Amino acid sequence: MAWLKETLRQGRPANVAGARSRVIVDEAPWIAAGERLAAGEGSLLSLWGDTDTVNLAALEDESVGVLTLACPTGRFPSIGRLHAPAIRLERTIRDLCGLEPFPATDTRGWLDHGRWGVRQPLGRRDPATATGDAYAFRLAEGPPMHQIPVGPVHAGIIEPGHFRFTANGETVVRLEERLGYVHKGVDRLMAGASIDEAAKLAGRLSGDSTVAYAIAFAQAVEAALGLAPPPRAVWLRALMAELERIANHMGDIGAICNDASFSLMHAHCGILREEVLRASQVCFGHRLMMDCVVPGGVAVDLAKRGRTALRRLTTTIKRRFPELVELYDSTASLQNRTVTTGRLSAELAQQYGAGGFVGRASGRAFDARKLPGYPPYRELRFDMAVRDEGDVDARVWVRIAEVYQSVGLIEQILEGLHGGGLSASLSRQSAAADGREGLALVEGFRGDVLAWVRVAPDGTVARCHLRDPSWFQWPLLEAAIEGNIVADFPLCNKSFNCSYSGHDL
Amino acid sequence: MRKLLFQSLLLQLPLTERAPTPEEAQLAELAQNVGSAALSRLGRSLSIREVDAGSCNGCELEIHALSNAFYDVERFGLRFVASPRHADVLLVTGPVAKNMREALERTYAATPDPKWVVAAGDCAANCGVFAGSYACVGPVSSVIPVDLEIVGCPPSPTDLLKGLIALLAPSSLRKLS
Repeated sequence: MAWLKETLRQGRPANVAGARSRVIVDEAPWIAAGERLAAGEGSLLSLWGDTDTVNLAALEDESVGVLTLACPTGRFPSIGRLHAPAIRLERTIRDLCGLEPFPATDTRGWLDHGRWGVRQPLGRRDPATATGDAYAFRLAEGPPMHQIPVGPVHAGIIEPGHFRFTANGETVVRLEERLGYVHKGVDRLMAGASIDEAAKLAGRLSGDSTVAYAIAFAQAVEAALGLAPPPRAVWLRALMAELERIANHMGDIGAICNDASFSLMHAHCGILREEVLRASQVCFGHRLMMDCVVPGGVAVDLAKRGRTALRRLTTTIKRRFPELVELYDSTASLQNRTVTTGRLSAELAQQYGAGGFVGRASGRAFDARKLPGYPPYRELRFDMAVRDEGDVDARVWVRIAEVYQSVGLIEQILEGLHGGGLSASLSRQSAAADGREGLALVEGFRGDVLAWVRVAPDGTVARCHLRDPSWFQWPLLEAAIEGNIVADFPLCNKSFNCSYSGHDL
Repeated sequence: MRKLLFQSLLLQLPLTERAPTPEEAQLAELAQNVGSAALSRLGRSLSIREVDAGSCNGCELEIHALSNAFYDVERFGLRFVASPRHADVLLVTGPVAKNMREALERTYAATPDPKWVVAAGDCAANCGVFAGSYACVGPVSSVIPVDLEIVGCPPSPTDLLKGLIALLAPSSLRKLS
């Protein structure tokens, strides 16, 4: 039954160390993997191209692994044809590496808008004109239908992306997203960068998840080099991750209510968010804790005043947040906007392997901290909040529950924090290294962040692939908005809060 | 809801903090970049249109924070607006991604004169960690004229506030120019 374990057992180990976390497979097991994923056995974690190979990361039960297929002809059997969540990833592989999925499901560019002056920047690097490619949106046609183009520059203080609505009166019949506007070429910048430079880049793929990305990248590098960060560093990382989670949940719970014109919640949640950021500044010297987690450990210790600041913070949240939850729960006009709005079905959440609160509000009980799990969460107690309704309201409730769980985690961390060193030296590599490549799956506030890295013999990064949870959430927003009114789009969008930058790379 | 409103009104002191003073260097930078005719129009209430031209969204988080109760940017007459057509100031973040260049140029063209551009964050000022990428044009100033830079990764709300308040200090600007 466990196809992934079986495939990993049968494939050829991809590296000298012989580790079976990544294996080289032929076309048959590659296609079989696509069929298994399509049948709902496990979840697709990512799909990315290398010089002349394509790689597929999957999760089945507790096993995580990567299948690699060589593409000497520049083509590979399409996974997207079998399993729709792979389609945008395959379009990206074509844009960046020039490897063609066949039969192609969608031949339009995705991240490449024809403006870079180069094609296949990770592959042949063909010079090209930068005049922009035409893009054919998929339309729903007929007499009552009209189109509403929105973006890339939006009305609020948010990231750029284009939404093409087809509406029948007020009702959205179809939404098609066009993303890639904030593509910054991170994969190319990573290649050849030192570990330190690459860590800084990873921490800036999506600023709101800087801690989650820094931890994912650090864990991948540590797996590649066979390093174990000291226990104190591991616990401090978790402390930062939970602070980041609370800060984002606070900000978004308020912003969702604000999009339903209920600014009182926004104002109060904004105050609590600011309190979290200020406590983070006191503890680690940076409000968003950028660059505080580094490969090998952490760059800063918890400041002396940090404990007091955190005790005060958890007390404040426990005192003030329940009042806000009560306010959310008892305001009928607000509930009227959020309940049954933007419903995401459990089937789609499962199919797309939707991470984070998007998946958990639609019955997908997955949290990378629990499974596959990573330290120190096995030593900590917390519950996973799962709901089945799949609407904006359910996503808010999951996030409310996660705020409380994270507060509990912070208290446990403060109690159990070990003494000792902060960082293991990167130069002290272990013989147990996984062939100088490593994979990590870390639970950010938005969902599971995947990092895969290969370290070159000279200690620089040869190739790094980071996959934001938004890759599998953006397509679901298109599904969730269908049949809702146009005016509820901001509400739905905010309740997903996908990252543009994290997705656009 | 009423209970919460009354409590906030009657039992709690305002959270809003005192305004920071702008840096001399920023005032000098403005005096140098902004013409005297335009200068005379600064110092009033300003409408700001934020444009993310390629940021990692870190700067957006801190720009958002400007509106919370601690910084309350609107008390200075600084307002975030939904359209460049309503704006006096474009607050631009990010290294300008090539895929965003045209959108930024069009947003600038859609903003009525007189207008000022503030480049917020290290990326907007010098591309930050994304310098040298095939996908980035360069700093904001390589695409549209920039009047003021606010550095930081990301700049804190206080840093942002200092920079924006500099735009409201025309008397000190006139002295410098």
